[in-house]
Amino acid sequence: MIKEEYMEDKKYIIEVNHLEKSYGDTQVLKDISFHVKEGEVLSIIGASGSGKSTLLRAINQLETIEGGEVIICSDTLCNNEKIQLNKDEKRKIQLHNGLVFQDFNLFPHWSILRNITEALIYVLNKDKAEAKEIALSLLDKMGLKDRYNSYPCQLSGGQKQRVSIARALALKPNVLWFDEPTSALDPELTGEILKVIKDLAKENMTMVVVTHEMAFAKEISDRVIFMDDGIIAEKGTPKEIFETPKNPRTKQFLKRFST
Amino acid sequence: MTQLLIPMLEGTLISLKIFFFTLLFALPLGLLVAQAKKSKFWIVRKIVNIYIMIMRGTPLILQLIFVYFAPFYIFNTSLDRMNAAIVAYVINYAAYFAEIYRGGIQSIDKGQYEAGKVLGFTKAHTFFHVVLPQVIKEIIPAMGNEVITLVKDTALAQTIGVAEVFRVAKTASARDFSTMPLFIAGVFYFIMNGVVSKVFERIEKKLSYYD
Repeated sequence: MIKEEYMEDKKYIIEVNHLEKSYGDTQVLKDISFHVKEGEVLSIIGASGSGKSTLLRAINQLETIEGGEVIICSDTLCNNEKIQLNKDEKRKIQLHNGLVFQDFNLFPHWSILRNITEALIYVLNKDKAEAKEIALSLLDKMGLKDRYNSYPCQLSGGQKQRVSIARALALKPNVLWFDEPTSALDPELTGEILKVIKDLAKENMTMVVVTHEMAFAKEISDRVIFMDDGIIAEKGTPKEIFETPKNPRTKQFLKRFST
Repeated sequence: MTQLLIPMLEGTLISLKIFFFTLLFALPLGLLVAQAKKSKFWIVRKIVNIYIMIMRGTPLILQLIFVYFAPFYIFNTSLDRMNAAIVAYVINYAAYFAEIYRGGIQSIDKGQYEAGKVLGFTKAHTFFHVVLPQVIKEIIPAMGNEVITLVKDTALAQTIGVAEVFRVAKTASARDFSTMPLFIAGVFYFIMNGVVSKVFERIEKKLSYYD
């Protein structure tokens, strides 16, 4: 049922095997296995509560993981031998990932520029001038170069989200994760964010996108995962998932979007 | 007149000294207490809760007396009056400040911590550079209230014989059969609190560059 022969020559950026996660007695992720190859765009779709955001958060170390194996850029975050990593090792692994939040989580008391440069200076030890240069070139790419001195509260939702993408990209992550990047936006503002993600896909940025935008997922993804009730119910190419879904739950889910 | 004004000026300096030393120690101590209240060790949380309960549940005047006299009965030694007063004010105000900090810290969205984490900030960096500045903005109005109360509470130090401005005024008033010294003391508190209000207004304005 699972086809894995795409882009055989590319190396794995993310490998997840048999991942398990519970909140108390409720198991929210069950036996999750998937991988992401370099340059690939993977979309994760599914109903609210299906576990897709939890999966993204677990791999980004915002949730604990109870079992299974997660390997990011050949660094093991967790495995069944329960390896113990110290803070620095965990941070190093996290920096392989960039994460764009649903509600941006920009730092409201800092200018747009400082929102982007802080991690460059403080975490990657770049000097101020270099950090500023990196930030400005990313803001330019996001069409926001002239707003570098503004504060987040002075921007629209779409602009905030573009800043948060720039902030994540500044650290040059190996893979960029999006947690429903357009869900907090007014419908007329989703387009500008989807365009940014499309442009990144053209540049071969490796991305994992948790989304409710089905048309978008179909258009940009190399592969799609459909999650249902904490398991991966189906995975395949966009064509397989959206045109010839096999799992009845997938069919049922997609029917709600096709009307 | 100078006979009145010079002691009153000295008293004023004593009051100011209590005020500034209390802030100097109670502001950071309050933050520490607020953090300890969230400690993962239940014993620390328990101790902090009892401490806050005692500080808020008993009169400051009693705490002053206790801090000044208890060491004498227990260790047969005592702090000098001024130091005892400052210790009492610091531990009392730290408890109130801790509760204010706690409210401010709770108001910060957990997304701020998460953003710090995924960007590779250490917990300390996230706390001191991301969270605390936002907490300060949040708690400025409540802090302003508390600091104004502190100005007036310095008058209680007379209970253990500290010659702050109110005690000096009372003494002079009894000596000269005049209410003038008390009136002057009142003016001192009024002016001092005017300055405090202005300072807080300024800080609030300065921090209003974002919402």
